[in-house]
Amino acid sequence: MTNTIETAENEIIENQPILIAHDVSKWFGKFQVLRNANLQVKAGEVVVIMGPSGSGKSTFIRTFNALEPYQEGRITIDGIPLTEDIQNIDQIRRDVGMVFQQFNLFPHLTVLENVTLAPIQVRKFTKPQANEIARQLLDRVGILEQAQKYPGKLSGGQQQRVAIARALAMEPKIMLFDEPTSSLDPEMVREVLDVMRSLAKSGMTMLVVTHEVGFAREVADRVVFMDAGQVIEDTTPAEFFTQPKEARSKLFLSQIL
Amino acid sequence: MNTKITIKPVRWVQKNLFNTPYNTVLTILCVWVLWNILSSLFSWLSQSEWAVISENLRLFLVGRFPESQLWRMGAIALIPILIASTLVVRRSQAWNFVLIPLGLASITWLANGGFGLPLIRSSLWGGLFLTLFAAAISTALAFPLGLLLALGRRSELPVIRGISTIYIELVRGLPLIGILFMAQVMLPLVVPFRLDRLLRAILGLTFFNAAYLAENIRSGLQSLPLGQSEAARSLGLNSIQTLRFIILPQALRLVIPAIVGQFISLFKDTSLLALFALFELTGIARSILSQPQFIGRNGEVYLFIGLIYWMFCFGLSQFSKRLEVRSS
Amino acid sequence: MTAIWRRKKYLEWAGQAIVLAIVVGLLVMFGHNLDQSLKRLGLRLGFKFLDSQAGFSVAESIIPYDPSQSYSRVLLVGFLNSLKVIFSSLTAATIIGVVAGIARLSDNWLVRQMAKVYVEALRNLPLLLQLLFWYFVVFLALPKADNAISLGFIQISRSGINLFGLALSPEFSSLFAGLTFYTGTFIAEIVRGSIKGVDRGQSEAARALGLSAGVTLRRVIFPQALRTMIPSLANQYLNLAKNSSLAIAIGYPDLYAISSTTFNQTGRAVEMMILISITYLTVSLTIAGLLNAYNSRMQRSLR
Repeated sequence: MTNTIETAENEIIENQPILIAHDVSKWFGKFQVLRNANLQVKAGEVVVIMGPSGSGKSTFIRTFNALEPYQEGRITIDGIPLTEDIQNIDQIRRDVGMVFQQFNLFPHLTVLENVTLAPIQVRKFTKPQANEIARQLLDRVGILEQAQKYPGKLSGGQQQRVAIARALAMEPKIMLFDEPTSSLDPEMVREVLDVMRSLAKSGMTMLVVTHEVGFAREVADRVVFMDAGQVIEDTTPAEFFTQPKEARSKLFLSQIL
Repeated sequence: MNTKITIKPVRWVQKNLFNTPYNTVLTILCVWVLWNILSSLFSWLSQSEWAVISENLRLFLVGRFPESQLWRMGAIALIPILIASTLVVRRSQAWNFVLIPLGLASITWLANGGFGLPLIRSSLWGGLFLTLFAAAISTALAFPLGLLLALGRRSELPVIRGISTIYIELVRGLPLIGILFMAQVMLPLVVPFRLDRLLRAILGLTFFNAAYLAENIRSGLQSLPLGQSEAARSLGLNSIQTLRFIILPQALRLVIPAIVGQFISLFKDTSLLALFALFELTGIARSILSQPQFIGRNGEVYLFIGLIYWMFCFGLSQFSKRLEVRSS
Repeated sequence: MTAIWRRKKYLEWAGQAIVLAIVVGLLVMFGHNLDQSLKRLGLRLGFKFLDSQAGFSVAESIIPYDPSQSYSRVLLVGFLNSLKVIFSSLTAATIIGVVAGIARLSDNWLVRQMAKVYVEALRNLPLLLQLLFWYFVVFLALPKADNAISLGFIQISRSGINLFGLALSPEFSSLFAGLTFYTGTFIAEIVRGSIKGVDRGQSEAARALGLSAGVTLRRVIFPQALRTMIPSLANQYLNLAKNSSLAIAIGYPDLYAISSTTFNQTGRAVEMMILISITYLTVSLTIAGLLNAYNSRMQRSLR
């Protein structure tokens, strides 16, 4: 990775947004969930998306790896337009990792197999290579000793950390977190947030839908506030939590703080 | 100590049979019904003659399979035992998909002949062997078809979903006897080559069974949370990989009890082949009963083959119950 | 501009078009082969033969019929005979099934065991075998009509069942008994499962109010269990209707048996197949439709 040409390229890209969503609109039947939503994320940025339930924030980040199709607007990830082109979709799914609210670990595979499945099948790694990467990642999220267990034997916090390791094993350029702590018992929220915090420090580009104000204040570079399918505020955490501009942001903050 | 033992049964009878006046009446009624059934059964047994069974035992087991080739039936009987013991040792789903087709292919070869063995016409196959063979082969053939239909019916693509739905509902709306009739009478009219009578029957059972298996598999697919395929897709697995590594291993494990149940029902349904001039268990029973020296021995013959059917079905249903308990 | 073969929509439509082409291709091939075969046999498709004289007699019929009448008439006779056996055994199977299902949960040990033996014995035996047993072993072995076994209003003999002066043939009686007792086992299991599925708190609450066990079952538990029962019950009714076609094995002239005779006389395989299919599908859809309507009315009234 110390190749000089690559570094030069990376510098150019660094000033470009790695994720661009321009005027994205989406309908579920007649109901419009996204209304011209806009967002730009630069490499290495940590962006927290907040908003009342039903504001379309989960749907919005799910469009970034084509789990949800969108009808209008433009999404570009790392220079690749997310269109109907299946090769582009495949490439973007490799570049974008996702962590779900319900963990969605594969219950019939061991923790280790959960992490190695995609590297072996998609990136065509050999089994020893994939195991090696998986062990490093599991060590990094602090559950290496559970590698041979099945997910059902793990606590929610441990499962979510496995899910993070599983996504990281594909070496994604962007990580999406869809309410990663919402279905966890309070005592387990911290262990997951700690892992996310250290991930942010390592320079990972992260998009996080969450209600964790502490995490947003401390880790986020920007906070994006969504309501009724629109991005209404996009600012620094300090400003968002102390002097929100929009009436709807104020109302929301008064409810959660 | 001694008093306790003598009192216990009395207490038990009081508590379980005569605890209320209503239950006392029920108990007396049941005893009366039971008495009538058992006494007529014993009077029938006292005048029954079982020579019809002992003299025809071979027909009941293997039909008119030539005596000189009977060793092949012995070899066939060993194959399921071999497969089952391998599967117990190697606990892996993948082995099912190799061993079972391989086993069925070698059974077919041993029964039919060719490749060095003398050929034996399928019209000579019969008895319990044919019952088991027809049930096993048509389940094995129906499984892939049922899987495709189940996936098709859950597809987002309207044409594929439509075709699968029409097939499944059409077949499920018709009686098996009608489908076997079509297989016997219509199939030779619409395919340009000759099909053996047994093969036609097996195809009929297969087409019928596939629709029911499809619905069983579909219920397994439906019970998986959507998050499983979303997680797989977000890791970059394509739809075939998602199916193969994530969806099917879980869905199939869930539906094993239902598939065993479907096999039991198919096993019973093979008796319908008797109505199409095939000599599986029921067919051979009817043909034996039509011989002058055995006329009137219906009770003995039907009771005997009934016992065989019952042991297989009951055994399998207990097995499937245990699977259900284990998976939950 | 994305190349056309990489677009998701295009690929989906192309895939569907291929599947459709294969299915249509197969159907066309079958149709062509069928046409050739029929030409060889000198047959022409068409339903005109239904107007010609049937020429065979039928053992029992609800409507007047004699062999000089047409095939369409004799098929109608078969259809009505099918309906007769389907609806009578459907009713009886429901009664037997509900009784056996409740009996399996009785606190009387003997009742429980007898219900269990009934269910486990009969549902693990092929229906066809049971029909043969009822016909050849039970009814044909009974005493002649003049020495009939009498149970009050019911006389049972080799010539069938005589119920309040209504004479039922041994063929009908065997089919009726076979379908009833076989389907009854499956209904019993459904009833048992649904009753066990009702929350325990419901029966405890009812007993705490001072309701008797019988009233609790009839007024509190059973109505709730009925709701979960109906879809599975519908399935069993459909199975019963389809299984009634096994009549041919014991010589009861139902729709399938008469269609089979008609086919043997005329060689009209395609036409008979179409007729049988349409009829059974109609009966299936009618039963399914009725139960669906009943089900949705029940669901609505509970909201």
